[in-house]
Amino acid sequence: MGTLSRYVITRVLLTIPMVFILLSIVFVVLRIMPGDPVSSLLGGHAPESVIEQKKEELGLNRPMAVQYLDYLWHVCRLDLGDSMVFKQRVTKAIKEKLPATIELTTFGMIITILFGVFMGAYAADKRRSPQDNIIRLYGIVIFCIPVYWLGLMFQLIFGVWLDILPIAGRTGPRVFPSTFSKTGFYILDTILIGDFSALQDVLIHLILPSFTLGMVLSGIFVRLTRANMLDVLRADYILAAEARGIKHRVIVYKHALKNAFIPVLTMFGLQFALLMAGAVLTESTFSWPGMGRLLLERIYLRDYPTLQGVIVVFALFVATVSLIVDIIYAIIDPRVRY
Amino acid sequence: MRLTTPAEAMARALYRFTGMGRRYGVEWWILVAGGLLVLAIVCMALFSGVIAPFSPYDQNTGPQLAPPGGKHLMGTDNLQRDVWSRFVHGSQTILRVAVLAAIISSLVGIILGLVSGFSGGVLDRVLSLIMDSVYSFPGLILAIAFAAMLGPGVINITLSVAVIYIPTYFRLVRGQTLSIKEELYVEAARAIGASGSTILWQYIFPNVIATTVVVFTLNVADAIMIEAALTYLGLGLPPDIVDWGMDLAMGKRFLPAGHWWLITFPGAMISLLALGFTMLGEGLAEILNPRLLER
Amino acid sequence: MATILEIEDLAVHFPINIGTVRAVEGVDLQLEQGEVMGLVGESGCGKSTLGFSILRLLRPPGKIVRGRILYHGQDIVRMKEEEILALRGSRIAMIFQDPLTSLNPLFRIDEQFIEALKTHEKGLDRRTAFNRAERMLESLGISPERLLEYPHQMSGGMRQRIMIGMGLILNPDFLIADEPTTSLDVIVEAQFLDLLNDLRKQFNLTILLITHNLGNVAQLADRITVMYGGTIAETGPARSIFEDPLHPYTQGLLSSIPNIKLDKPKLITMPGSPPDLVNPPPGCVFHPRCPHAMEICGRQKPDFLQKDSRLVACWLHR
Repeated sequence: MGTLSRYVITRVLLTIPMVFILLSIVFVVLRIMPGDPVSSLLGGHAPESVIEQKKEELGLNRPMAVQYLDYLWHVCRLDLGDSMVFKQRVTKAIKEKLPATIELTTFGMIITILFGVFMGAYAADKRRSPQDNIIRLYGIVIFCIPVYWLGLMFQLIFGVWLDILPIAGRTGPRVFPSTFSKTGFYILDTILIGDFSALQDVLIHLILPSFTLGMVLSGIFVRLTRANMLDVLRADYILAAEARGIKHRVIVYKHALKNAFIPVLTMFGLQFALLMAGAVLTESTFSWPGMGRLLLERIYLRDYPTLQGVIVVFALFVATVSLIVDIIYAIIDPRVRY
Repeated sequence: MRLTTPAEAMARALYRFTGMGRRYGVEWWILVAGGLLVLAIVCMALFSGVIAPFSPYDQNTGPQLAPPGGKHLMGTDNLQRDVWSRFVHGSQTILRVAVLAAIISSLVGIILGLVSGFSGGVLDRVLSLIMDSVYSFPGLILAIAFAAMLGPGVINITLSVAVIYIPTYFRLVRGQTLSIKEELYVEAARAIGASGSTILWQYIFPNVIATTVVVFTLNVADAIMIEAALTYLGLGLPPDIVDWGMDLAMGKRFLPAGHWWLITFPGAMISLLALGFTMLGEGLAEILNPRLLER
Repeated sequence: MATILEIEDLAVHFPINIGTVRAVEGVDLQLEQGEVMGLVGESGCGKSTLGFSILRLLRPPGKIVRGRILYHGQDIVRMKEEEILALRGSRIAMIFQDPLTSLNPLFRIDEQFIEALKTHEKGLDRRTAFNRAERMLESLGISPERLLEYPHQMSGGMRQRIMIGMGLILNPDFLIADEPTTSLDVIVEAQFLDLLNDLRKQFNLTILLITHNLGNVAQLADRITVMYGGTIAETGPARSIFEDPLHPYTQGLLSSIPNIKLDKPKLITMPGSPPDLVNPPPGCVFHPRCPHAMEICGRQKPDFLQKDSRLVACWLHR
């Protein structure tokens, strides 16, 4: 397995310059705004001296280069500073909200893959049939549907008209997360405590948001899986497997899909960015208390350190997931390693 | 020139039209459908004043929060404005922002891609690294950051949207430039003394344009989604401009009460517009690159 | 010797947009247990299609439109899905041309063997299956540690032997080999044919060797069937076919083999081109290119005419 470890190390090293650039971009973007963050924070009529003092306090009147290096230095030590609006460490604020987003995106991912990959494989298997055409149409159309609109329509149908699913928050009115919340991952927490009615409540609240998030992205996977499957199903080893009397369903969903899945997996790493963008919109629509909501709240409040912190975390997330996907790819496809 | 009656000319055009459909199969019809959809919405934008019965700002068109019916095709909102009129006028904003943003990012991205691919060296590597990093980052979040920093305004939101697509064009054009650069006919041109810029503009540029057109169409579709997302989140546009995304945000407050018409129509329209451009782009892609793939 | 396979008036058509390709049109064939039948012909003559039809592995739009394929008396064409699945791999096996693309690159060799075994012998445990795979590899001259490898880690010749192994692991009595040496180099090819010969004797296999390489067939086959344009030109003992080809096509085929000993200024080829299988010529399908074509050849399809133990479809031998 030596080649695998070597591959992993190389790949990790390559991530560093990319993260560095992303951090720099975040720094630049948050300082291009016209106007002055401090004066808008203190209100328009604060005297010059107070503004200057606050700036001094926050280190905002040092030369840009110094601020830049200071920023990088702090990020490396995972110190994201303090909120400008609340008396709160940015890292603390993020830690509170991150698990919610992770739960949402994880379930969203699962829905995307389940819908996308299996629909794609099914469509390839039933090529040229009406089912195939419907699925292909789905693949194109679903991506054009704004994720928040799908969320709103789901809320309308399932929450308002049918009234069978909740449309906001992670928990209902009779569940108090503070009683069980330890890790912030409510699913884990409720299981650890053994409170299964709370678990049920948490899961039900996850349904609409994760379906919303997952379905919109599944379109790309449907098309990609289908295209790959069509190629794979024409391969000689599929014919050889058929010649050995292996059942059709096994051939399609085991032999063919595993091969077709690999390029899909790489695509997944690229799609993760879209998943996070979608998460921000989904959280806004479903009042989901995660990183996306945090981002939007703090924008309205002009809390730049928190904003910076949140975006930095997103950037690190993207880089990490891209790394993990590449590594998984190397594990599944042995040809990459040797 | 043969003298023909208009009827004959139309018949011949129609024949050739459907002939193309038979030749290219379903992709042609996808392109046509997309094109018609886009055309319809563009017309709606251009002739909003004529189509809409009320002004989108008129706060006195009828009862508050009335469901669709009667004078109000799509009902009224909480400020007693006619939803249909706002709907029609909203098309202007979204089209304007999306198309303009696509134009800006394509120009910047193409030029940078050409230059970077052609010159190579350190410039190329640095630019590529930057572009790759931006490309991998969630576009929406970057756009949110830009929009939040720049503040509301049509120009600002256009810029925010434009920025995130520059890497797309950059990568596409740079890749093509790199491969064309190695082609034999470029070597030949160089051998007869053609200068760098001649090679760039006369040889590389025209080859690059074809793929770019497809990407541009799909880019507009994407830009539409981002613009609507930004305005839905309350960023990028002042509240007095009519926009579908913003109407969605306003309408969602009344969702629990069951006033579905406030959100259903603007959202459906965003989808249809994006779909129209997507189909246009996909159809174009299939036809411009005839693949031997039997579907 | 018993007849293991009997093909009666088989026709396989491919309906495509420009018409229907008659890939196999009225083929009769018999195979005796334990013999090696070489099925030769140029590309597009229908030999591979015939091979695929036996196991009903035709890719759409290909369809068997008439005829019977009797395996130990049972008609394969009319079998139900489960029956065919049970047959494939366990009673009749097939190996293909390119061993690299015929093995799933993502599964280890042992997994592929074990799956084949467990598909046909439900309830077989992994350990036993693994052992049987080990023994098979040994009999093929491959070290059993190779079981833990992936296909791309092996050489071409080794992969082809693995393919045979997977074909024979369930002890079928009939093996169809579709162009098995085309992608192998000459030395490996020779080893492969020897191996096939040994296995044939060891397992009392009947082999249908589909190839366009007359050399393979000369080495291994007991009988030869020559196909052209979807029909059979002639069939008979290998030696007789080589020494005394009856059908003009066979004669042309044999004389076009480059022979360094002959002192000829040019390579001999057959004039004309392969027939259009959508609109085949009337009468004998070879007559447009036949140097001995007679008037009847353009009118009526020749019946099979028996001459000693040979069959030939040609009016010349009426």
